[in-house]
Order: sequence, then C-alpha cells, then structure tokens
Amino acid sequence: MGITTRRRSFRKAGIVALSLVAVLGLFASACSSSDDSSSSGGITKAAWIYVGPINDGGWTTAHNAGREFAAKELGAKVKTTFKESIPEGPEAAQVIDGLVKDGNTIIFATSYGYKQQMQDAAAKYPNVKFEQATGDDITTGKAGLPTNYNEYWGAGEDTLYLSGVAAGNASKKGVIGIVAPFPIPEVIRHINAFTLGAQSVNPAATVKVVWTKSWFNPTLERQAAESLVSSGVDALFSHQDGPAAGEVAKAGNLPWVGYDSDQSGSYSSVWLTTATYNWGPYYLAKINASSDGTWKADNYYGTIADNFTSLAPFGTLVSGATKSSIDSQLALAKSGGAKSFGWFWGLQDRLDQDGAVKIKKGTSLTQKDLYTMSYFVKGVDGSAKG
Amino acid sequence: MSFNDNLLIVIAASAIFYGTPLVFAALGEILAERSGVINLGVEGMMLLGAVSAAWVATNVDGPAGVVLPLALLAAMIAAGMGAAIHAFLTITLRVNQIISGLALTIFAGAAGLSSYLANIWNLGQAPIVNQFNRLDVLGLADMPLLGPILFHQTLLTYLSWSLVIGASFYLFRTRAGLHLRSVGESPQTADSVGISVAGYRYFHVILGGTFAGIAGACFSLSIVPTWADGLTSGQGWIALALVIFGFWRPDLMLVGAYLFGALSSLGFTLQARGVGISLAVLSALPYAMTIIVLVLVSTSSARRHLGAPAALGKPYEREER
Repeated sequence: MGITTRRRSFRKAGIVALSLVAVLGLFASACSSSDDSSSSGGITKAAWIYVGPINDGGWTTAHNAGREFAAKELGAKVKTTFKESIPEGPEAAQVIDGLVKDGNTIIFATSYGYKQQMQDAAAKYPNVKFEQATGDDITTGKAGLPTNYNEYWGAGEDTLYLSGVAAGNASKKGVIGIVAPFPIPEVIRHINAFTLGAQSVNPAATVKVVWTKSWFNPTLERQAAESLVSSGVDALFSHQDGPAAGEVAKAGNLPWVGYDSDQSGSYSSVWLTTATYNWGPYYLAKINASSDGTWKADNYYGTIADNFTSLAPFGTLVSGATKSSIDSQLALAKSGGAKSFGWFWGLQDRLDQDGAVKIKKGTSLTQKDLYTMSYFVKGVDGSAKG
Repeated sequence: MSFNDNLLIVIAASAIFYGTPLVFAALGEILAERSGVINLGVEGMMLLGAVSAAWVATNVDGPAGVVLPLALLAAMIAAGMGAAIHAFLTITLRVNQIISGLALTIFAGAAGLSSYLANIWNLGQAPIVNQFNRLDVLGLADMPLLGPILFHQTLLTYLSWSLVIGASFYLFRTRAGLHLRSVGESPQTADSVGISVAGYRYFHVILGGTFAGIAGACFSLSIVPTWADGLTSGQGWIALALVIFGFWRPDLMLVGAYLFGALSSLGFTLQARGVGISLAVLSALPYAMTIIVLVLVSTSSARRHLGAPAALGKPYEREER
C-alpha cells in the first residue's frame, strides 16, 4: 500500500470515527428521558439512578413505577429524570455530577453499589439531597456521613419469610434452590428469612444457594437455576432482578418464588408468590419534603404495616390452607405493634450453619442486627461468603 | 436422581445448549475471514439479530411454526444489514477493517441501536411466548448418556450442526469454496483468473452477518428468552476468539464452542453440588485460553501454518497489481 493510499484510509477511518461519535451522541440524547420539559420556578427536579434497564421486569421496573407514581401525583410541580443501566462503582460518580449540573435537587440511587459515590457527592454538593436505596451505613454508624445523605429500604425479609412458607409447603422433597446475586447482608438475611419460613412448615427443609454475582443477567440466572435443578432441588427461589429462573421452573414444572415483581401472569403454572416493594409513596413524600424544606435523613425502613412491603398475588400452586396461614400472619403484621416487623426471627433458638446459637428464643433483632447479618442459618447449603 | 443427572452428562448437555450461539457466530465469522475480511462487529450484529427476533416474536401472532422462522429471518436480515455496512466500508471504501468492525459493535451494541430499538419497541416487558424449546427427538431424550446430550436440544442446535457440516463441505469440497479460500489467501491471484474478489467478499461478509443474527436470536428466542439490554453479554467476542481457536476450520471451531459453552455454566453446576471454586476464575478461563492461543499463533509463520488466510485484514486494490 503506497503512502497516499495509507493516508487516504486514515482519513476514511477518521470520517467513520467522527460519524460514529455523532450518531452515538444522537442516541445518548434520545435515551436520557424526562417527563416534563417546562423548567420555570417552583419546580423540583428529581433524578433516579437505576442499576438495570427499566424493563428488567423486576427491581428497576418497580423503582421506575415509583418514580412515575410520584411524577403523576405532583404533576407540574416536579420534573423527573432517570438514568438506567448505570454500572455500580466509580462510573456512577460522573452520572451523579451530570444530574447535579442539570439542576436536580434530590437524587435517588437504587442499588447498594452506588453508596460510596452518593456519599462523596453529598459532601461535594451540600444543597442537594442524596437518597441511597438499600444502604446500610447510617444504621451501622459509619463516621462522617454528610447530613444531606439518607438511606431507605424495607423489611423484604418479612415478606420473604412468608414466601418461604409457600415454598416449604410446595416442595415435596423439602430441598429448595436459591439463585442469589451477591453475598451481602441484605441478600443473606433474605435467604435466612426465606429458609426459616420454609422450615416453619417443614422443619427438615433445606435450601441450596448458587451465587450469580450479578443483579441482572438473564443468561447467568438461567444457568444457575438449571444447575440447581440438575442437583436435585424441587422448588426454586430467584433473588434476581429479572424472571429468567421462571423459565427454568416452567420447563421443569417446579414451584417458583421470584423477587420484587408479580410474575403470576407470565408464569401462572409455577408461580407461588414473592416480596414486592411499593416505592412510590416514599418517593412522593421525600420529593415533597425536599421542596418544602422539611427533608431530613430519616434512615427509612419500610414494613408490611407501612404498605411498603407486600406479597405478590398467590399462584395456583399455593394451597388453600397455605394461603390462609400466610394471610393470617400477614394480617398480624399489618395490624402493627410488636408483631409488625421481624416477628419470626426469635420464635425459637436460631442456629447458624455450624450449629452455634445466633438468635436466642424470644429476642428480637434490631435494624443493625439485620444490616450486619453475615452468617447463614442452619439448613442453608452454600457459602455466605460467595 | 436419575443417571442422567450425573455431573458430566449435565455439563455436556449444557455445553451444547450454551455453545450453540457461539457456533453460529463463529461459523459466520469463519466465512467472512476466509474471504479475507475480519469483522469485529459480531457482538453488535448479534444484538441487532436478537432485538429484531424479539420484536417479531413479541408482535406477530400465530403458531410457533410460523412465528419462529419469521423471527429468525428478521434476525438474519437485520444482522446482515449491519454486515453489509461493514462490507461496503471495508471492501468498497477500503476502510481499516478493525476500525469499521469496532464501530459496528459500538453503534449496534449494548448501549447503541439495539437498546434504542428495544426501548421504542417496548420489548422486555414479558417473556416471549413462542420459543425454541428443548425437543425430545425420536423420544430419546431420556435415553441414558446420549439422550440429554444429543436428543434433548433445541431446533437451533440441530440447525447449527447442519450448517457446520454444510460449511465444511462448501469450504473444502466445492469449487466456490476453493475460490473463496483463494480470495482470502491471495486476492491478486484470484482476480487474475477471473474470480470476483469484491463479489466473494461481499457475499461472505453478509452471509456471516446473517449467521451472527441467528446467534443473537438464540438468546432472545431460546436462552433468555425475552429482551434485555446487552443480553449477548460479550459472547460475540468469544466467537471471534473461537475462529482463531479453531484455526479457521468449522469442525475444530465446533469443539472449541462446546468447550467454552461448558465453561460458561460449569461454575454454577459445581456450586450447586457444593464444590467450592471461584466463579471469577472459571468465568475468566475462556478468555485466558484465548490469550494463550493468541500468543501461540501470534508469529506470522505460525499463523500461516495454522491456516489464517494470508490476506486477512488487508484491503484489496486492483490497481496495485
């Protein structure tokens, strides 16, 4: 190739690269979406950072429904924005910077892995409110947290305990497979609660845990579920943001507990139930508080009594007796008082995998106990370290 | 547990299931590279195929026998169009093949056109009803040992086997295959005996693209089966490595694809059976193996020896003859 042709192909490469940048720029502007284009005074700008796509059919879909609820309730008083599929870690910092520059005064980050970036940003931008879902640093007393940084979450373990009751009754062998994302306290306590729920109806029930190390990756979720089925489980619980394990359950006709979204329609033949979260009222309240100056870092932990956590509709595999047993526990929790939150942990001595007593009968767990739970209860087959 | 829940049988059966998209994608890339055009756009073309197949399967009502072939066709057309862009840039305009291929993957890929289309088409809300399910061929799915491995796969797997056989025959036993290889080895010589270099390159780059489209459809119609942004999760890059891994031969590539397919779910299978092994190490293995192979074949003499087309990556300009 002569020198002139080489120069020519470099020029062509430059043109390709430039047009690529231009096209990508168009897509980027098309993809970031907002509900309202008016931007005069009196409008609160609120933004959400999502870990998955809004159509993941689970976690992010639920947060986005919460955003839409708040936007609808507040109408012209709020302008909401969201950024989807943002990787956890350092990249999130740039996204947060961009959202602050766009004039957002309250930012909700909806996955655990954003908390460091959210705390850094809170220190950097004292006039913006930062809301971190599933964060645990306020509860565990991390030093030096900015006052404009808050964490919010809910007692999903309570509804997962009840889901475990359904699974414990549906599993004939009493061996249930769990597709789990990351070995962090949130997931560990959920798995423990689910296991205790299954054992409340079948004391010999055990669960097998497989870690995907991913919140949302349908291929990995499916592979993990298949590996559990081939190892002999006869019911599944997938603690993932998407419903891929439901496909495996359907193919093997095994009862299935999903996570954080109602899949009773798409997987009616195998669906049991699951924990769902209702984020909308919380988002509405915090946006209102930030616009009228009453916002404070309240380390919110929603419960069944708050209507923050609830059970998805039961599938046809759940027997009438199971339904009424779960419904009566749900009604007790709804009624408030001492039984409204984490009522099941201290029903009897709870042992860890090695047989050591971790929770004494009659004691109740504090939020800090929950947020630092790093052991599996007896009956869990798998490593709590991942 | 039955005999067929034996660890090795489970691994072999899932190796074929998860290796199938790799077979399609790598076979397509072999055809393109045999003509002398390297196309790094495989991942992008797979995502275009996946999103188009998902669109058809979501929006066309009808029996699976009608919807699924239509969805596959849409995947092939969409990915083939992506390949046609690459062909035009690299064959007609003689743009650097690496840059054009990368541009195609970035443009069509996980943060580009495929997710944009999925967004405006509102895909991913519910699982796709018409899927390629695992079949029970001749009622032999429960046969010990071979049942789950050979007779309990999806139609896509059987299609991939016939394409591998067909492509091997085509490459090494037909006149057109000989012409194709000569275009990839020495376009000057091929041109001088009257073979259309541009014609062969266009045809095989686009044909390779349609195969990548089927590879993408394997995800949205069988493995996942719905739309999720970036659902091919880098398998297109593995397919590119597989071409080298298989020394540009369909039969060797098939072996490599199943090896990589086995590794993809091996970690979970071992975890579920209580074997403690780092998932990170296992999921890095295909890449580590690829690097080793790349190092082994990196000298040009080794590449020649192992069957890399001599003109791979080089634009052909007639007047330089």
